[in-house]
Amino acid sequence: MTGRPGGRPLVPAYLSTGGVARPSRPQLERLSVLTGTGTSPPTGLPAAQLALLDALDDGSLTVVEAAALLRLPVSAVRVLAGELVDRELVLARAPIPPAGRFDPDLLERVADGLRALKHN
Amino acid sequence: MAFAPSSTTSPRPGTTRGIHLPDTARDLVKILVAGPFGVGKTTLIDSVSEIRPLHTEEPLSEASAQVDDLAGVRDKSTTTVAVDFGRISLPGGVVLYLFGTPGQERFRALWDDIAYGALGALVLVDSRRIDASFDVLGLVEESGLPYAVAFNAFPDAPRHHTEEQLRAALDLEVGTPMVTCDARDAGSSVDALLALVQHLIDRNASEDSR
Repeated sequence: MTGRPGGRPLVPAYLSTGGVARPSRPQLERLSVLTGTGTSPPTGLPAAQLALLDALDDGSLTVVEAAALLRLPVSAVRVLAGELVDRELVLARAPIPPAGRFDPDLLERVADGLRALKHN
Repeated sequence: MAFAPSSTTSPRPGTTRGIHLPDTARDLVKILVAGPFGVGKTTLIDSVSEIRPLHTEEPLSEASAQVDDLAGVRDKSTTTVAVDFGRISLPGGVVLYLFGTPGQERFRALWDDIAYGALGALVLVDSRRIDASFDVLGLVEESGLPYAVAFNAFPDAPRHHTEEQLRAALDLEVGTPMVTCDARDAGSSVDALLALVQHLIDRNASEDSR
């Protein structure tokens, strides 16, 4: 592992979720895609939830990308995102849309895409 | 990483530009880049990723914290390990994520969480210290994840081993691909990933024909 920049995260991990350790929706994966619904947040939204919502202002992020940006553990972002989904401020979708789950061509598409990279 | 330029660290905290997903992103898949500390995982991810590799700080379980020798862990007051990841947007709406995954037994819970849903693993091996990769190969095999082995071509790596000797040393099955790559080189790293993906395709085809 390479060296890490110092400094503290915006919100300490143990405070970020308000003491909630388990997400309300356990199916959120590292690569679940989070998208803001555009609904304005209610006043009094916890700071960490607001920080996640702000991060989604410019576009969608996966859970793990949001964790890296907010410098929070993935487990904390799962909790925060679950709460924002419950409040209908964020939409979460699975890494692969349900229809594509058993797509036999997915691996071929990955291979083709990698080959195309080499010719750029 | 021992040989990675020190400039290949993560972006400044709070840097959001370029990190959001492209609108075309539809299928998000992941491959683990697994191996011991210092084998070149972050270097490989950096060489092919479209974003500067990011990292998350992952807490280790209490049980592992007690026996942790803190190698590779940022400092002694935290029991976390940094997990690097990168991303490649491919044509056709596929986004490939690469997760640098430490292979020590004490990271098992973290390993299981990262491995969930992964297509497979590219196991990086340093031929100067093959035994450092035994743990990670054990974890990969136990998790049932299909994998390929890539020897990272360190400049002073011994070149007198034959493929048979290396296979025997790692106790690899006949069908497991074994390639050499230069993790600093994007094309070479993509070739190693392709060897893995082709293996996954072949495996599916042989399962289908059974």
